[in-house]
Amino acid sequence: MGYTKDQLLARLKELQIDFAQYEHPTVLTVEAQAKYVGDKGGGLTKNLFLKDKKSRLYIVSALADTKVDMKVLSQRLGLGKGGIRMAPEEALGEILQVPLGCVTPFALVNESARHVSLLLDKGFRTQEHCFFHPLSNDMSISLHANDLDKFLKSVGREATFVDLEANPPVGKDQPPDLAAFVPSGSTILSDPPEKTVPLQGHTENPVSAYKKSTATTVKTTKVPVAVKNVKDKLAVAAHQPSVFSDAGLLVEEILNRTSSLLLSEIKEDSIRQHGEHLGTVVADNIKKRLSSDLKSLAIMFKNTAYAQGFYAGTHHHPKPL
Amino acid sequence: MGEEELEQEQEQVVNPWEVSAKDGGKIDYDKLIDKFGCQRLDQSLIDRVHRLTGSPPHVFLRRGVFFAHRDFNEILDAYEGGKKFYLYTGRGPSSQSLHLGHLIPFMFTKYLQEAFKVPLVIQLTDDEKCMWKNLSVEESKRLARENARDIIACGFDITRTFIFQDFEYVGGSFYNNMVKVEKCVTYNKVVGIFGFSGEDHIGKVSFPAVQAVPSFPSSFPHLFSGKDDLRCLIPCAIDQDPYFRMTRDVAPRIGYHKPSLIESSFFPALQGETGKMSASDPNSAIYVTDSAKEIKNKINKHAFSGGQDSLEKHRKYGANLEVDIPIKYLNFFLEDDDELEHIKKEYAAGRVLTGEVKKRLAEVLTELVERHRLARSAVTDEMVDAFMAVRPLPNMFD
Repeated sequence: MGYTKDQLLARLKELQIDFAQYEHPTVLTVEAQAKYVGDKGGGLTKNLFLKDKKSRLYIVSALADTKVDMKVLSQRLGLGKGGIRMAPEEALGEILQVPLGCVTPFALVNESARHVSLLLDKGFRTQEHCFFHPLSNDMSISLHANDLDKFLKSVGREATFVDLEANPPVGKDQPPDLAAFVPSGSTILSDPPEKTVPLQGHTENPVSAYKKSTATTVKTTKVPVAVKNVKDKLAVAAHQPSVFSDAGLLVEEILNRTSSLLLSEIKEDSIRQHGEHLGTVVADNIKKRLSSDLKSLAIMFKNTAYAQGFYAGTHHHPKPL
Repeated sequence: MGEEELEQEQEQVVNPWEVSAKDGGKIDYDKLIDKFGCQRLDQSLIDRVHRLTGSPPHVFLRRGVFFAHRDFNEILDAYEGGKKFYLYTGRGPSSQSLHLGHLIPFMFTKYLQEAFKVPLVIQLTDDEKCMWKNLSVEESKRLARENARDIIACGFDITRTFIFQDFEYVGGSFYNNMVKVEKCVTYNKVVGIFGFSGEDHIGKVSFPAVQAVPSFPSSFPHLFSGKDDLRCLIPCAIDQDPYFRMTRDVAPRIGYHKPSLIESSFFPALQGETGKMSASDPNSAIYVTDSAKEIKNKINKHAFSGGQDSLEKHRKYGANLEVDIPIKYLNFFLEDDDELEHIKKEYAAGRVLTGEVKKRLAEVLTELVERHRLARSAVTDEMVDAFMAVRPLPNMFD
């Protein structure tokens, strides 16, 4: 269920974001849009919805005049020369939940777009205001880059402005400078058949906008999610019990691993081979084979408890007496 | 990135920015130890570690991966006498994805922390990468935080570990020590050690002090205040030796203990010892983000084999273990000494085929990578913040 234009506008007002809105007949291109708002100063924007070979998605939002070279962009992202192309139409509806011709950074308000990476033209900052579609083609809204930033932060996204026309060399000693924009979470698009992995255990840590009181101030970052195979069902969901935070789940996991190893070791062959010594042999094997895995679970359990306590402690502001 | 211009002809080059063997051959570690002036880690030291810690020495010690040291015996002497020490290691966060070679010093450091029950500081030199790789400040800081997640996933104990990134931590007592170090090292000296030239910018020239200073406990007043006598042990790859040679030279002049070092050899690229693991060739290494399928494919397609060309030849002559990459990788990561010996023997005799060795390797690496991935999934923003917070660690020696 995607956000509607009205819901978005209401949200912007709630956030006290200054914007101007212009209704016009439905437009599908920048040229058409220019007919209605081209004389209002500020910058028209073109918005590309792109996909790479691993079906990861990107919105590239740039001033209409900025030259965006897809080959260069692909290299700067570390995807090789032809690694990026326009995303299929279905993805617009499915992921961004906007109609054709309506790609806009505001689509990131939708949960479905949470893995879509966003690249913003640094040219936005030179304009008094820029025009975007507010989730619908029959309106354009204009706002300052800082306000776009404010909006994006409110939905837990980073607004990073990039020089889209730059063409830096990419090679052994010069890593692709936009590699950070490649999403590490895998978005499941319905087309590629090998990606039909169930999204159970799908997780994300919501970005909290809390202020740090400790000496280390760090910019909050979006936590990427890796859901590559079913084993990752143990991956951590924010504020939901996991093997790392719930003692019961931890013990269950330990016992499951131990029992399955035990069962795999006690077979007709091994019984015949070791006879009454099978117990000792299996016990030794279990210790040998499970030790590293279990230690890893245990230390992360400890670290999780500490981190939660630390967070609670550093955010506790006792009422002044 | 600074280029090492002091390449003597026909000689191997080993420094923080370049590692290359003579004539495209193998690195001669004996020569390196000779040239650098460090010492071999012999069996008696390994046995001593076993005795003092009460736990079996790490596979990297047993297999000679960590093979050289400076004053490690002094650390052990002090430890035996009831005096603890702290560990210091680090990473230059130049890329988001880590491969197995990157994990090696961290895996070993985690073992040391657990075996000796000592605290650890981990330095993320985001400033270095900003300078050498020409990344923006934001990007290097971001990479540092990302890398911190993989580092934490190696299993460090948050009650004994402080992770910091230069862009956030440099200042205060840390900076006081930096200036003390800088005053002791002439421009000519750093040029001699690191090969800087008149064209290199001033950031590079004074950077060595940033990497030197975590060796001194007073750089961490929130941890080691009043413990100026505390010794430091630095596990690192041997190409980092120049930084710490410089540090050890300076230490007594400013009234500090020389840090001790324990150094590892280089992790070979999949394509062989002469190949280089490079960020732009994903097939030269196994990454912690690789799937089981990708690991299997990379090993099968790209791991350089010491086996013979044909089945008959292989059965007759056996494999050349000197150049076989799967065997070398198993040497690093297969914990069972007996199993490894058996595989080596059978493979060298031609009774075991390359495919079988590769299959075993894929199993071992997949297990490792999946364990790492699972642990990494537990790392939240809050956990990274906690590891990186300037806070006391009251239980760090327990």
